[in-house]
Amino acid sequence: MPETPAIELIRLTKCFGKVTACDCIDMDVRHGEILALLGENGSGKTTLTNMLSGIYQPDAGQILLEGKPVTIRSPRDAIRMGIGMIHQHFKLVDVLSARENILLGQAGLIKTAPEEAADTFGFKVDLDKKIYDMSVSEKQAVEILKVLCRGADKLILDEPTAVLTPQEIRALFDALERMRKECKAVIIITHKLEEVMAVSDRVCVLRKGVNVGTVNTHETNRFLLTEMMVGKPISLDVEHVDMPPGRTLLRVKNLSATDEGGRHLIQDVSFDLKAGEILGVAGVAGSGQKALCELIAGIEKADTGTIHMGETRIDGMSPGDITKQGISMAFIPEDRLGMGLVGGMDMPDNLLIKTYNDQKGFFLSRKAARIEAAEMVERLRIVTPGLHVNIQKLSGGNVQKILLGREINLNPRVLITAYPVRGLDIGASMTIYDMLNEQKRKGVGILFVGEDLDVMLGLCDRIMVLCAGRVTAIVESQFATKALLGMKMAGLVTDKEDEYA
Amino acid sequence: MPKPWVMPHIVQRGDVKPVIAWSYRALAVVFALAMGGVFLALLGYNPILVYSTMLRGALGTPGMQKETLKLTIPLALTSLGVLLAFKMKFWNIGAEGQIAAGAIAASYFAYFQAHLPPAVLLPLMALAAIFFGGLWGLIPAWFKTRFGTNETLFTLMLNYIMFYFITYLREGPWRDPAGGFAAMPRFPKQARLPEVPFPFVGNLHIGWIVLILMVVLVFIYLRFTKHGYELTVVGENVRTARYAGMPVKKIILRTMFLSAGLCGLAGMLQVAGPDRQLTDAVAGGRGFTAVSVVWLARLSPAGCLGVSFLFAAMQKGCSMMQTEYRIPASMSDILQGIILFSVLGAEFFLQYRLTSRKEVVV
Amino acid sequence: MSSFVEQVVAFLYAAILASVPLLYGTLGEILTQKAGNLNLGVEGMMYLGAIAGFLAGFYTDSLVLTILFGMLAGAFGAGMYAFLTVSLKANQNVTGLTLTIFGTGVANFLGEKTKLGVPVDTMFMSARLKSLMSPLDLGWLSDLPIIGTLLFEHSILTYLAVLVGIAMSMYLKRSRMGMNLRAVGENPAAADAMGIPVNAYKYGHILVGGALCGLGGVYVSMVTALGNWQPNIISGQGWIAIALVIFASWKPMRAIMGSLVFGALSVLRLYVSRDVADIPGALFSMLPFVVTCMVLVLSSIRMKRENQQPASCGINYFREER
Repeated sequence: MPETPAIELIRLTKCFGKVTACDCIDMDVRHGEILALLGENGSGKTTLTNMLSGIYQPDAGQILLEGKPVTIRSPRDAIRMGIGMIHQHFKLVDVLSARENILLGQAGLIKTAPEEAADTFGFKVDLDKKIYDMSVSEKQAVEILKVLCRGADKLILDEPTAVLTPQEIRALFDALERMRKECKAVIIITHKLEEVMAVSDRVCVLRKGVNVGTVNTHETNRFLLTEMMVGKPISLDVEHVDMPPGRTLLRVKNLSATDEGGRHLIQDVSFDLKAGEILGVAGVAGSGQKALCELIAGIEKADTGTIHMGETRIDGMSPGDITKQGISMAFIPEDRLGMGLVGGMDMPDNLLIKTYNDQKGFFLSRKAARIEAAEMVERLRIVTPGLHVNIQKLSGGNVQKILLGREINLNPRVLITAYPVRGLDIGASMTIYDMLNEQKRKGVGILFVGEDLDVMLGLCDRIMVLCAGRVTAIVESQFATKALLGMKMAGLVTDKEDEYA
Repeated sequence: MPKPWVMPHIVQRGDVKPVIAWSYRALAVVFALAMGGVFLALLGYNPILVYSTMLRGALGTPGMQKETLKLTIPLALTSLGVLLAFKMKFWNIGAEGQIAAGAIAASYFAYFQAHLPPAVLLPLMALAAIFFGGLWGLIPAWFKTRFGTNETLFTLMLNYIMFYFITYLREGPWRDPAGGFAAMPRFPKQARLPEVPFPFVGNLHIGWIVLILMVVLVFIYLRFTKHGYELTVVGENVRTARYAGMPVKKIILRTMFLSAGLCGLAGMLQVAGPDRQLTDAVAGGRGFTAVSVVWLARLSPAGCLGVSFLFAAMQKGCSMMQTEYRIPASMSDILQGIILFSVLGAEFFLQYRLTSRKEVVV
Repeated sequence: MSSFVEQVVAFLYAAILASVPLLYGTLGEILTQKAGNLNLGVEGMMYLGAIAGFLAGFYTDSLVLTILFGMLAGAFGAGMYAFLTVSLKANQNVTGLTLTIFGTGVANFLGEKTKLGVPVDTMFMSARLKSLMSPLDLGWLSDLPIIGTLLFEHSILTYLAVLVGIAMSMYLKRSRMGMNLRAVGENPAAADAMGIPVNAYKYGHILVGGALCGLGGVYVSMVTALGNWQPNIISGQGWIAIALVIFASWKPMRAIMGSLVFGALSVLRLYVSRDVADIPGALFSMLPFVVTCMVLVLSSIRMKRENQQPASCGINYFREER
């Protein structure tokens, strides 16, 4: 007789407007098991787990805990039922300390409970440190401690590895092993196949909101899983274009910048970018990638150091000044609707953002932009109900195509992209890589800030590693390995006074 | 298998057709009037009688229509000003003070430069009003761009400062020596707005032509000019504006100057039109009402005209109510509040809906 | 005692009197903003409290009912605001502003209506009720020189305001609920994920905040105006209270200091003799508002992480937001 599953889902369904994010999903997790929930971006993984943690209410279907049907009305209910969720976007209060965050809303919890949990599961965290002073991995430890302190025996981790170095991921997996031994039921959401193979007992694959199958991890392999996930056999290899190195387009020297609070964003960064080259920038999230891009694009100001574009010195210039110099630089920021595009405007208006001022006179003509938009929809196969729909209504992949399409239409000499495939499915990601390679062939110099080291090793010519705002390595990708990059990302070897060591 | 049960919960809904959206809002207004009726009934009045008196008072005769229009002009013009700032998501609650600033500047010319011919004097008054109203609006805008100072409270404080400044003028330097109590003199004839015929109601001061012109200009400015495009981008997403190399500070300053300038112009039309003198009631709460107008008009210039007319009719109707039933005219503020509350509430049902159990699709 | 010292004591005393409604408004708004809601309706809630307290006092002649109705009226205004912004996710700025328009309208309406309904010159409080709210006489304490006047000769509403300030400070700093409230205001999604009932917290604190504003209104109509109703009785004090929240960096103890400063500014006119500076009265009335502007600018220049507005302030929370 099979034991009662810790969590069982029966035909769980959730719609957002006309989109069905989860469509009649059946799933179960047992105690002492790690279940990997695998699926592309937008396949419904997060929606599914949000229903378990009481954030979303299902439109239909049934959740059973320990064999009993339950209704989870709120996160409070979920906590009471022993479900602990570690969200991808940390749910922490910045101005409170780690301890305060753990004690929030837990009237029965004594003040020393966090210490005990930290000891039991081997986390080293300064519990009286404020969250805003913490690194990403520390924050994640606090998130996990929060859940463990409440005695949760069903844990859900949403993309826990996205922000960690390979070494930190190893440590996290060790912690998961310990939880499995404690007979907890663990669901880990990820889209990285290596991690699925490394840590899970079973894999449940979602595609477009549908459960396409649950398999035992040791009976499957990467290729089978990919096929299940994408729905067709697909090559995961990113094409590498070989080009003879061109002349130097962008030269950054000894660049340093601090934030308003006086903390270093980047320190003493120097590198060159050549024509027809893709230079990757790797690093744990928040290592200074954003600042670096925004400094080059002229959005932020550096404290010291220089940036040359060809012969022209551009540091200290605003984006407007840089354009006036006749320098053509394109910038694809990481949060597209936060910067780069205007979600509340339609496609033609979004295409005009960088070029509207080239028009003469007081009035603005949208005719050319409408034609450009129609042409772009056709060429990049952008799925949209119409040209005059606000772009925030489009899917992430389509929004990214609009942004990239617009920037490429400016015929840039230098292209800066930050996480250009974040949130996109594999098909859309491949299109984006192809577009970048095409620019490379045209002799454009590309700065590629990425997070997936496998992709970067394939796509980039060289990879620069940032750690806590400093360059810890610039290596040729053909000689680099993931392990090496991971060590450099953690600041090991080269930096003796490293705080993570 | 146990029968699935789903508790009722709120979900976001997709796009709502404009027709449906507007009928929801209209329904909300009807609901608000009904609530106002209940309030009147509780006080022992017959709401239907009171409302019909209101309607008669606002639109009953050409003379009353004219009075309603006179109230519409400054309100609508102020709303247009506020609209420009709101489109940029700049919370200009300072229209009240900007109206006063414009009125003071215009009055200076009326009191001290009246020797000029009307053809010079009136345009000069209008320009001065726009300029000084605009300058008064530039102060909070400048601090906003320089230090990120909270503009909502800043613009509000400037209202009171301007109000007391008029009081100061009235009690001191500009006091009418001939008058018994502290008041400012009436404008000389050449500083009063000429009257031109308005269809069906007879002569009305020229402000109505200025207003129509401004509605068209603001519409074109927002829809078809680079400035309008820029301020919309700044309002929607200031980070993208900066990213695109837009001169964000300049745009904020320019837009606030225009916004406050329009309010200043409304002040000039008020003193040189119906008031014929500077009083401390020149703004008379219009700056606040304009905020409601713009919100209800969903930031559309033509909508501002329509909503302003309705609010002016309500105000005029309420003063009729006061004379006939001795119901205080502040009833119009109460009605305005209830209408806004219920339209604000109605917006919820345009964005969300309540769902509960739904059969499992098998 | 020299006449100069007498003058200074009288000035400080008047400053304390004038600061009380500001303090109530500020404390109410601090509580509201700590829950992540920016309520621009303080002025309106003070009006509601002022008229409700006045009418209750006028018709019932009871101190308890005066205070109770004042608080209930303030809480009623806050309740509408809370329903619209918390449950119906309406824009907080517009809702607050509407509350001000509505509250002002209701107060002026009912005030005038009552005046029309009673014989001329009879619309004021009974001497008994007035004396209950007027400064207490604490025997020998009140007879102490200088201190006696400044500290021990006040209305019970004044002492209550200070007590509320101190209690609120303890509540926010020391209690578990205060910490939970902080989480709600800073990051409602995080608070929600920890099982804190976000909406209940918001409703509760907005309502109590509104009741405090209503009490401020009661003070204005019963103590400041000596129980005589006047139209436009609050005249901007609610707005100054909102600005004071920034001045006080969201800290109740600082709010006590801040409201004293602004109380002093608003009565300065009466205590600067013409010989020292011949400044017209209107310009004096302007002073608190000018200083408020300067405070706004200064506090926007010095930015410190701990001293800022709760991060979610002004943004509505919807759990299922995508």
